[in-house]
Amino acid sequence: MKRRLNTYALTFRLPIIAWQTLFFVGPLVFVIAMSFFVVRNFQMVETFEFTSWEKMVTRDYVWSSYRYTILMAALAAGLASLLAFPAAWYLAFRCQPRTRQFAILLLIIPFFTSYLVRTFSWYTILAESGVLNGAFGLIGLGPYTLLNTPVGTLVGYLTLILPLVLILQTVTMANIDDRLIQAARNLGCSPARVIRTVILPAGKTGFVIAALFAFILSFGDFVAPFYLGGSNPPTLPILIIDTTKAGQQWPRAAVVAVMMMLTLFTIAFTAIMYAYRKRASR
Amino acid sequence: MSKNGKFIQTKRTFLKTGLASVALSAPFVNRAWAETTELTMLGWYGTAEPDMVGAFEEANNVKFVPKYYAGGDNMLAALAQNPPGTFDIIHTDAEYAKILVANDLVMQLDPNDYPMDDLLHDDFKSFSGHWDSNGNLYSLISRFGHLGVSYNKDVLSAEEASTYDIFWDERLTGKVGHFDWHLPSLGQMSLLVGNESPFDIDDAGWQAVQEKTLSLKPQVGGYFDFGGTFSGLKNAEMLAMVGIGDWVTGILERDGAPVSSVVPKEGGIQWTESYSIAKTSEKTDLALKYLAYTMSPEGQVKTAQMLGYPGHAVTKAGRAMLNEVDPAEAQRSHQVDGDAQDPITLINEGRISYRDIPVQQSLEDWNDFWSEYKNA
Repeated sequence: MKRRLNTYALTFRLPIIAWQTLFFVGPLVFVIAMSFFVVRNFQMVETFEFTSWEKMVTRDYVWSSYRYTILMAALAAGLASLLAFPAAWYLAFRCQPRTRQFAILLLIIPFFTSYLVRTFSWYTILAESGVLNGAFGLIGLGPYTLLNTPVGTLVGYLTLILPLVLILQTVTMANIDDRLIQAARNLGCSPARVIRTVILPAGKTGFVIAALFAFILSFGDFVAPFYLGGSNPPTLPILIIDTTKAGQQWPRAAVVAVMMMLTLFTIAFTAIMYAYRKRASR
Repeated sequence: MSKNGKFIQTKRTFLKTGLASVALSAPFVNRAWAETTELTMLGWYGTAEPDMVGAFEEANNVKFVPKYYAGGDNMLAALAQNPPGTFDIIHTDAEYAKILVANDLVMQLDPNDYPMDDLLHDDFKSFSGHWDSNGNLYSLISRFGHLGVSYNKDVLSAEEASTYDIFWDERLTGKVGHFDWHLPSLGQMSLLVGNESPFDIDDAGWQAVQEKTLSLKPQVGGYFDFGGTFSGLKNAEMLAMVGIGDWVTGILERDGAPVSSVVPKEGGIQWTESYSIAKTSEKTDLALKYLAYTMSPEGQVKTAQMLGYPGHAVTKAGRAMLNEVDPAEAQRSHQVDGDAQDPITLINEGRISYRDIPVQQSLEDWNDFWSEYKNA
């Protein structure tokens, strides 16, 4: 039987389709096309040449940045997931619903302030003459160089992603049937085994999505590696900025952008497949 | 008039109030009557701030609309990404002015409109890149400064900082910062390896620059933009900086930070800024008037004192007025006759190279290496 066009449903679907086409697919196609343009006399010329691709993929520093960016984003996503877990577990299972709501509100509040401002505030904390080293000094330690290092970059990434991961993990765990946990405990499972055999499998989708968001946001972040990491070494977003600054090489920057998007598509696709994969029945 | 707590408006009070209102609002009416003209300036940060353009704005009923950039490539990018006619005045570095001239982006100027004979140095009168091969002027020199070793005075003495070799000192491991732009940093490395013309070097010279620069990597704490450079030096995260000079440390010094800059024995690099008028500007009369203003003694004092970052006056009259109205700043920036670090004396002694774009390599080669260095 031929399906009739449901205009009612279409009314609600069209805006998001139009939005995504205009502001995601359109720019994406343009960026891909731009990666085949060339720059002559500081002017971008629309053509179809592989010059920029050839230039960028044969440069060691591009791959060096690529590896470093993936490593740092993965580290940030992993760290955020680990750090958030105990707090999310407490909020989901141990505290009153009202406390949980209040905690989630508190976790949202950081987003009211500009990420750039929050990042700059770390200067006073991480500097060698800052709060943290001051505290270390009281117990005879330090000072440690934290700014302009990968540690600084990680702190910046966590500033961006930790509240989000914590919220997503809390919501995920709050939706796990508490009776499953009680049953596991009654059957003699240790807390660690409850986490491994009940909580992690039951909340797998939420945990993976939270980590994925953390990875995506860190992978594309320019602010933390630039201002707290001192561009030393630079990540891919910094490389994009450097490339555009140098002789207006927008096509080469587009190559890096396409490389980043392909990476994110691959990782997001794999993660989502894993998150929604059902266990084989035994 | 108030009577029994009520306000009663008589013909006399009405007229009095009306006349007083007209008198009080006259200046505003006058200003609003003549419509304010907007002049858009593409320039380094600070060039269109009130301390620089406020007096001119007030005198000419103009409002400057700034579009700031950092680094000549960014300036070219801004020009390419905006439709023709977006910018009226372009404030740029001399080495990029030549690209503007070569690409026919700026209008020709009449040197007779400016006090060229009053310029402090003969080199300034025919500054490379400001004139075309036919001797036509396109870009007007406005200020300059020198790049050398910028350092923390609590850690290094001026004598210790008087060589680029200090960047390799073990006290500075992890504490050497770079202003994130290849030209000044690599230019300084070029001077250090003995290239007389730091930007006009052959393959062997370029190879030596790369090797020397890469050897500095273990000392490097970071690569910074405008803000990062200031805060890095101010909070002593960076104890020495490559590729900058008094234009950064001067501001921090004014605020009492223990930092300074010195032109080392290997020589310094001069940044030179100029003003051009976009060929597509529709407000050339006003733009020309502003260019003339920047060359007046008053305009020159303002460029020397600019809050964004200080520079040196290029005219004798400007320098004389600076010494008269702000002797402290004149002395701090060595713009005093007889001072050993007097920027004009340094040029005369042959210790200064004018910053340029690479002559025998492409900008792309230098930038490629810069990216490689950052990732090393």
